[in-house]
Amino acid sequence: MKSEIVVETRNLSMHFGGVKAVDRVNFNLRENELRCLIGPNGAGKSTFFKCLTGQLAPTSGDVVIRDFNGTGRLPHQIARLGVGIKTQVPNVFDGLSVTENIWLAARRWHGAARARSLTSQTVERLKLGDIRADTVGQLAHGQRQWVELGMVVAAEPWLVLLDEPAAGMTHDEIERTVEIIREINQQSTMIVVEHDMQFIRMISSKVTVFHEGRILIEDTMDVVTADPRVREVYLGSGGS
Amino acid sequence: MSWTRENRWRAVLVLAGVIFTVAAPGVLELFTIINLSTVIALAILALSLGLIWGYGGILCFGQTAFFGIGAYAYTIAAINFGGSSWAVLIAILAAAVFAAVLGYFMFYGRVSDVYMAVITLTVTLILYSLLRRTSGPEYKIGDALLGGFNGVTSPPLNLPWAPYMPLFPEHVFYVGMAVLIIGYIICAWLIQTHFGRVSVAIRENELRAELIGYDTRFYKLAMFTIGGAIAGAGGIIFANGVGRVTPDIFNLYNSALAIIWVIVGGRGTLAGPVMGAFALFYLTSWLGTQGVVNNNLVLGLILIVFVLAVPRGLLPTFISWWDGARSRRAMQRRELKVRRKRSRRSSDQREVTHEK
Ligand SMILES: Nc1ncnc2c1ncn2[C@@H]1O[C@H](COP(=O)(O)OP(=O)(O)OP(=O)(O)O)[C@@H](O)[C@H]1O
Ligand SMILES: [Mg+2]
Repeated sequence: MKSEIVVETRNLSMHFGGVKAVDRVNFNLRENELRCLIGPNGAGKSTFFKCLTGQLAPTSGDVVIRDFNGTGRLPHQIARLGVGIKTQVPNVFDGLSVTENIWLAARRWHGAARARSLTSQTVERLKLGDIRADTVGQLAHGQRQWVELGMVVAAEPWLVLLDEPAAGMTHDEIERTVEIIREINQQSTMIVVEHDMQFIRMISSKVTVFHEGRILIEDTMDVVTADPRVREVYLGSGGS
Repeated sequence: MSWTRENRWRAVLVLAGVIFTVAAPGVLELFTIINLSTVIALAILALSLGLIWGYGGILCFGQTAFFGIGAYAYTIAAINFGGSSWAVLIAILAAAVFAAVLGYFMFYGRVSDVYMAVITLTVTLILYSLLRRTSGPEYKIGDALLGGFNGVTSPPLNLPWAPYMPLFPEHVFYVGMAVLIIGYIICAWLIQTHFGRVSVAIRENELRAELIGYDTRFYKLAMFTIGGAIAGAGGIIFANGVGRVTPDIFNLYNSALAIIWVIVGGRGTLAGPVMGAFALFYLTSWLGTQGVVNNNLVLGLILIVFVLAVPRGLLPTFISWWDGARSRRAMQRRELKVRRKRSRRSSDQREVTHEK
């Protein structure tokens, strides 16, 4: 028996003037799935995420998140549904400490005592203990990404969207991030955007390939990498 | 409120303020005390802008609008009621409501920061030119004649139980200091609550605050309204200190001045803007008595110097200098200890070799 569909887009489009960043996308995601989204630069992955989370109001089409029509809602309304997102360009509170960042996310949904314990749990879970008092703006890129991940998980969302969570990380950091993602996936449904094929092999069963705002193919990693259209897209249309 | 290092300093400041309040009327001349009431009013205005700009990240170029509305509302209500108790409430409420309405359109209309600065300034200047045109006898609110650019004489504050017993100037000074100190404590408390911390987070990154589920429009509106109420309370003290309200409260010079206090004193602190207001007031009035240089020129110069050389403002710069000096001293002490230990050890060794 298949689990229920928790995210659905119907003919979702986001146009910027003449640029069709997302173009009539029909996308389905089932509960507890860990889906990877890949595609060349400018394929529309981040724009798709922005439409899901209310950062952009789609030009047309619908976003349905668990029976809730999320089209044109504001980010905080989507967050209230239990959706967490790590954006491509890290969005953190640079002037505040690591714990303050995470506490702010935890405290949104919980009372003072629970928020405090959730914060220290999250700090431990992401192994941020040594830098807990540091100002986030002064941390290395990889660490800032983890702080952002910490803010996402501290809210205990059931749906987690991660936009290039391993970008700019060292090999060790990537492995750690894979661990974290697997851990999050124990409780949450996930969509992860990544470029690194090896990374995707480590985490995902099903992959959706975006190209020029549309879904090109949706299948297992092996099928996707063997597909000639995908190869062409990645090598560039001129080079075959 | 926990006793962090910041809060210990805040307590010291409050204590200093209380001592000053008690001691000043005995030491200073009456003229100085009357003058001080006006400066205190400006300091309250600075505090309110320090709160919403420094902590809420809201750049309001027209904070004087709420200050002036507080002053006018107090004066008009006090004239009509023949006592100040209701007038005080009405003045604070009027300033808060005005801020709430203006803020609603700006924050729920998602106006960008630059436009917000322009809108708030414009609103202030509109109030200025509107009130300047109210010189005829037809511009009356109840018994209060608005008086155009001459303004209105403000009835002094009185004790709630004795409406016809106006306060003496030194009592107005006490009330002013009380409002300043209580306002400061409220602000210091506020920024440490969940609400205040979310406001700071919005200042740092509004999108992230939204993505973790906060309705940032509401938080900004609430912050803006609280700032308006505090500025309005400052306006009441101002009306009492000067004894008259005129449309000049709303002029360009004053709205720029408020911004300069905060820049000079330091954004992201509460005491900084207050000190900035005091310092610049006395600097400009001293320069006025010298009569050699133009005040505006000096203010402009100060602004440029601060933006270029001390961009964080006096208090934050002082605090990091102090912290730096302290950790340097601590390091020196540690080094000294290590060196002493080392020299002791080597002298021990020397003794040992001697014995051999
Ligand atoms: N706010 C915007 N205004 C105009 N065009 C935009 C905007 N945001 C994105 N685009 C365009 O939409 C297209 C898709 O961009 P998007 O960032 O979604 O791609 P992506 O798949 O995330 O790429 P990458 O892998 O580089 O992150 C690009 O052509 C981009 O230039
Ligand atoms: Mg992207």
